[in-house]
Amino acid sequence: MTTALLAAAEAGGRNFWEWVAHVVQDYWPWLLKGVGVTMFLALTGTLVGVALGLGVGVVRTIPSDKHSAGPVRRVVLKAVNILLAIYVEVFRGTPMMVQAMVVYFGLGMAFQIRLDVVTAGLLVVSINTGAYMAEIVRGGIQSIDRGQFEAAKAVGMNHWDTMRGVILPQAIRNILPATGNEFVINIKDTSVLMVIGTSELFFQGKTIDGILYQTFPVYLLVAAIYLVLTFTTTRLLRLLERHLEGPANFTLATSSTTPESILMAGGENYGRRTR
Amino acid sequence: MAGEPAEATPDAIVETRDLRKSFGSNEILKGIDFAVRPGQVVSVIGASGSGKSTFLRCVNLLEWPSSGQVLYHGEDVLARGYDVNRFRARLGMVFQQFNLFNNLNVLDNCVIGQVRAAGRSKPEARRRALEFLAKVGMDPYVDAKPAQLSGGQKQRVAIARALSMGPEALLFDEPTSALDPEMVGEVLAVMGELAASGLTMVIVTHEMAFARDVSDRVAFMDGGVIAEEGPAAQIFAEPAKARTREFLARFHAG
Ligand SMILES: Nc1ncnc2c1ncn2[C@@H]1O[C@H](COP(=O)(O)OP(=O)(O)OP(=O)(O)O)[C@@H](O)[C@H]1O
Ligand SMILES: [Mg+2]
Repeated sequence: MTTALLAAAEAGGRNFWEWVAHVVQDYWPWLLKGVGVTMFLALTGTLVGVALGLGVGVVRTIPSDKHSAGPVRRVVLKAVNILLAIYVEVFRGTPMMVQAMVVYFGLGMAFQIRLDVVTAGLLVVSINTGAYMAEIVRGGIQSIDRGQFEAAKAVGMNHWDTMRGVILPQAIRNILPATGNEFVINIKDTSVLMVIGTSELFFQGKTIDGILYQTFPVYLLVAAIYLVLTFTTTRLLRLLERHLEGPANFTLATSSTTPESILMAGGENYGRRTR
Repeated sequence: MAGEPAEATPDAIVETRDLRKSFGSNEILKGIDFAVRPGQVVSVIGASGSGKSTFLRCVNLLEWPSSGQVLYHGEDVLARGYDVNRFRARLGMVFQQFNLFNNLNVLDNCVIGQVRAAGRSKPEARRRALEFLAKVGMDPYVDAKPAQLSGGQKQRVAIARALSMGPEALLFDEPTSALDPEMVGEVLAVMGELAASGLTMVIVTHEMAFARDVSDRVAFMDGGVIAEEGPAAQIFAEPAKARTREFLARFHAG
């Protein structure tokens, strides 16, 4: 192995930096593809995971006390809650690398489903992120002042309308930093998907190394690319958060902002409840 | 008072009968018979911990009573299958801590319940919201978020939010207790106008002068029961019970 490495290095007659330059020059489409797949998996997986987590979080906060739910509904809720708790525990309690193997090969064995590796990777990242987000969302909902729920109840709003109109908008804003964090973690952790052969950035690096036998230059380059991705993403998320905090001021309605203009204005879109 | 079946109060909007509430083994409400009729303003006074808030919260079912009845125009709202949300939409509640929806501006605070719970169209809801915001003097602040308002302003918006629903009665739980002293007046002034306009109100308060001036009736709560109830003038001028006298004397002294 060592001799092979040396031989390869000498055969090429390049020093370290020349190797880096060579990889960039000749293999940039491979790396670019890796970046594309990695970012696609991280972004889509996080978004799907957030949707899953919101769903699970909302279901787990449906009131199941005697007065809010009939006996059948309570049993169903209880069963659903147990299933959701198992989902969260299992996917938080096992490594994503193992989950990838189980999902990819397990589905193939059990149901003869042959997913392509990117789809399988997306599935794993999404479900995994969903499990983490479920807990984050639950914490986000629980951190909202009880008075917000009570005021919504007091005007006669049901659980779903309360969640959608009052609680989730506040909870989502609260969990935004944690969500961004999941995204950044996913950029890095999708690298474990190379065990099923998903062509994300780490896998692409491994392939290039397999051809060139230039482990150090190749992986240093890969590491640098990961760093650029996570650093840029972190900054962009921070900008987004600041943007979402909204304007610090409001304008007093005066004669120029007549009741008519307010009546015509867009404002929050509640949508009418359909019965 | 407990045990004997209470007489139905004719045309009461809400009525409680032998209403009891326990938290664990701790019985907080020990049988409350209470009724409010259209146009009445009833103040509920009493020492801290006597169960005033718990009582008010049991009336609109923010707390679920342990036993007894809550009747809405004679209908038992605790019955299985009763549409509790519809009942709550007919009773407004104003909280000590305002509880404005933090994610919504002043206008939308007054709109969301109308659209989601009362089924009104958005233009109609906006029109009503503006009408009642104007009534409490908060119409210039339609675009403001709750965090940008003073306590007194928040509470006036909370009152407008409750009024916008078009409730049959408004419940107030110490609406001025969380306010800086200089803001108490603006909220009491609004409430005074509402009382004068004929709105039905149940007000839990420590503002004795206000209770005396605006209430038709006053209920004095002590240890989880209504110890004495009567016309405001009588309760304040010549309370029948020793406990009521003691409580009011402490107030005059402090
Ligand atoms: N959710 C709860 N769990 C347990 N105990 C409670 C709960 N809510 C109220 N209590 C208890 O019930 C008693 C009455 O409380 P409540 O808030 O109704 O009194 P209050 O008359 O409104 O007092 P204050 O004037 O201080 O507001 C108190 O001893 C309180 O600790
Ligand atoms: Mg209280």
